[in-house]
Amino acid sequence: MKSKEVLKHLCTSTGISGEETSVSEIALTYLKQYAQEAYIDEFNNVIGVIKKAEKNQPSILLDAHIDEIGMVVTYIDSNGFLRVSNCGGVDRRLLLGQQVTICAKQTIPGIIATLPPHLTGTEEKKVPDIDDILIDIGMSYQEAQKVVRLGDRVMIHSEFCDLLGSRISSKALDDRCGIVAILEALEQLKDKELHCGLTVLFSAQEETGERGAAIASYELNPDIALAVDVSFAHTPDARAHQCGKLGKGVMIGIAPTLNKKVYQKLIALAKAQQIPFQEEVMGGKTGTNADVIGVQHGGIQTGLLSIPLKYMHTPIEVIDINDLESVSNLLAQYILSFGGAK
Amino acid sequence: MISRIKALSQLNGISGDEDNVREWIISQIKDYCHYQVDNMGNLICFKKGLIIPSKRLMISAHMDEVGMIVTAVTEEGLLKFTTVGGIDQRVVIGRAVRLYRAGITGVIGTKAIHQQTESERKTPVKIEDMYIDIGAESKEEALNVIQLGDSISFIGDCFEFGDGCIQGKALDDRVGCAILIEMIQSKLKYDTYFTFVTQEEVGLRGGQTAAYNVEPDIAIVVEATTAADITDVPEHKQVCHLGKGAVIGFMDRSTIYNRELYDISYALGEKYEVACQTKTLVAGGNDAGAIQVSKGGVKTIAVSVPCRYLHSACCVMKTVDVQSTFKMVCLLAENLL
Repeated sequence: MKSKEVLKHLCTSTGISGEETSVSEIALTYLKQYAQEAYIDEFNNVIGVIKKAEKNQPSILLDAHIDEIGMVVTYIDSNGFLRVSNCGGVDRRLLLGQQVTICAKQTIPGIIATLPPHLTGTEEKKVPDIDDILIDIGMSYQEAQKVVRLGDRVMIHSEFCDLLGSRISSKALDDRCGIVAILEALEQLKDKELHCGLTVLFSAQEETGERGAAIASYELNPDIALAVDVSFAHTPDARAHQCGKLGKGVMIGIAPTLNKKVYQKLIALAKAQQIPFQEEVMGGKTGTNADVIGVQHGGIQTGLLSIPLKYMHTPIEVIDINDLESVSNLLAQYILSFGGAK
Repeated sequence: MISRIKALSQLNGISGDEDNVREWIISQIKDYCHYQVDNMGNLICFKKGLIIPSKRLMISAHMDEVGMIVTAVTEEGLLKFTTVGGIDQRVVIGRAVRLYRAGITGVIGTKAIHQQTESERKTPVKIEDMYIDIGAESKEEALNVIQLGDSISFIGDCFEFGDGCIQGKALDDRVGCAILIEMIQSKLKYDTYFTFVTQEEVGLRGGQTAAYNVEPDIAIVVEATTAADITDVPEHKQVCHLGKGAVIGFMDRSTIYNRELYDISYALGEKYEVACQTKTLVAGGNDAGAIQVSKGGVKTIAVSVPCRYLHSACCVMKTVDVQSTFKMVCLLAENLL
């Protein structure tokens, strides 16, 4: 598997929270290469059973979310402009003048309207409220309402591009790079005899409140779960002690809400296998699917691995592909730690 | 015409660094006219017509687009920059840009929304606080591929969409360049000078020297001008409208236009049924301001394509307005001398 190509395929597909079908189907085809049984449930969650747990074996769930942030069309005005609301945490400071795609029956290009500097005084240069955003699709009301339905999702346009070295930039790396890290781990495990049950979940609606993972992890009810997500890589405008570093390896989550045995084992494995890693300490919830998976049924032992990422929730998120590899290496080592490495 | 506009809009040429644009235009016009390049980088063309006129006509469009320029590199390998031409800081952040000399892409990011305070979320990021990330890990790595002073352009596909709309990063003023090229490639009634000028966006500088060199009696500036015809903008501040034809204003922030030429333009529009509209707000400015006061003075008019979201990566115009503007400039070229 060529991870960068798979990542590009997934990142350039659309899957805004609640409308993940398009990218879910693509992820399913990749997952089927490794799964005995793979399907998409009623909530757009992609689920693959790699191996069922045999007697006395623990069942492990690997999770990454498949949805991305975006916007949703709420109104078409009499001039044919679209009004929107946010779907997940959208940074309003970067919206003006962006090219967008309306994910209607057919994709429709649009532009977020803005006034040029010739006409705006300094007092008007504010960050717009989401309610004030207008999308221009170059159509009259009559034409617009034929092709756009209220509820259609809106995605900010982005090109998947290579930066210097092993860094890449795209929209939706949060959390498609987590999906690729899991697929890479499955590739490493494919000829190995596993002594645990292994199920993979690519969950829907994380960005709107970790909803897909809550539903699916209840259904799957594993003994142990590892959530794979992205976390903050340091940039000069952020506080260093609240961030990891790009290119310095997998971030292993340490938090009251995460299972201590799980993260201690992950740290020990990373040290033993010389996998580059960073410890990420959080004081309460993690803001990831790990929060909701951990409290299903009578409690699921849950850990969190994160890929450091710059510019989260923008169309130009940046990761270092080497960090993705350190996550897949640690995932594979964790699964093999239950025995059967061959 | 539209395919030519698309090709021109995709070229990268910010003010002071217009070589790519000039070379491409030369490739299009070299078989149809005499041309020379002056010390400001202006491309000055002379096209023979059927008749030698008693007065000299100059038709001008600018080649440069707004963009950014690299001013420093940080120890972490990030590029600091400033704007070239008037750009709203809010249309810069959160997008990819092109460093076209080095042939690399960079991104202008921000810390995650999760890490912003409530007041930070509501405050635009200033240009001086932004940086471009090209993926370099150190100053040395960055300086291996870029130099201080490197030009930075927006990235914006040029394509048709909606009901006869076209979007592109540099429609201002490559649409004017496209119209001039079309005229140079056609048969003209009168001998005419065509100038493709530099540095409009940083103070109408190329147009000034081009007019000095050409010494015209009459000048027509072909431009893209601000249309603010979007919901939420009061009617009187909408300036002009997409789909309502060529824009011929009486006054903007650089020029009070020659009234005689203004009246002739509307009379021609009526006679030949070419849609035209005036501006309802005194705003913006263009090379007419510099050309009009060249030497002993030049009778000057500007004919513009109405354009939304000017000076962003996504300028939007309508193809019908491009046609109206082209027809109006052709009519003026045949009727002013």
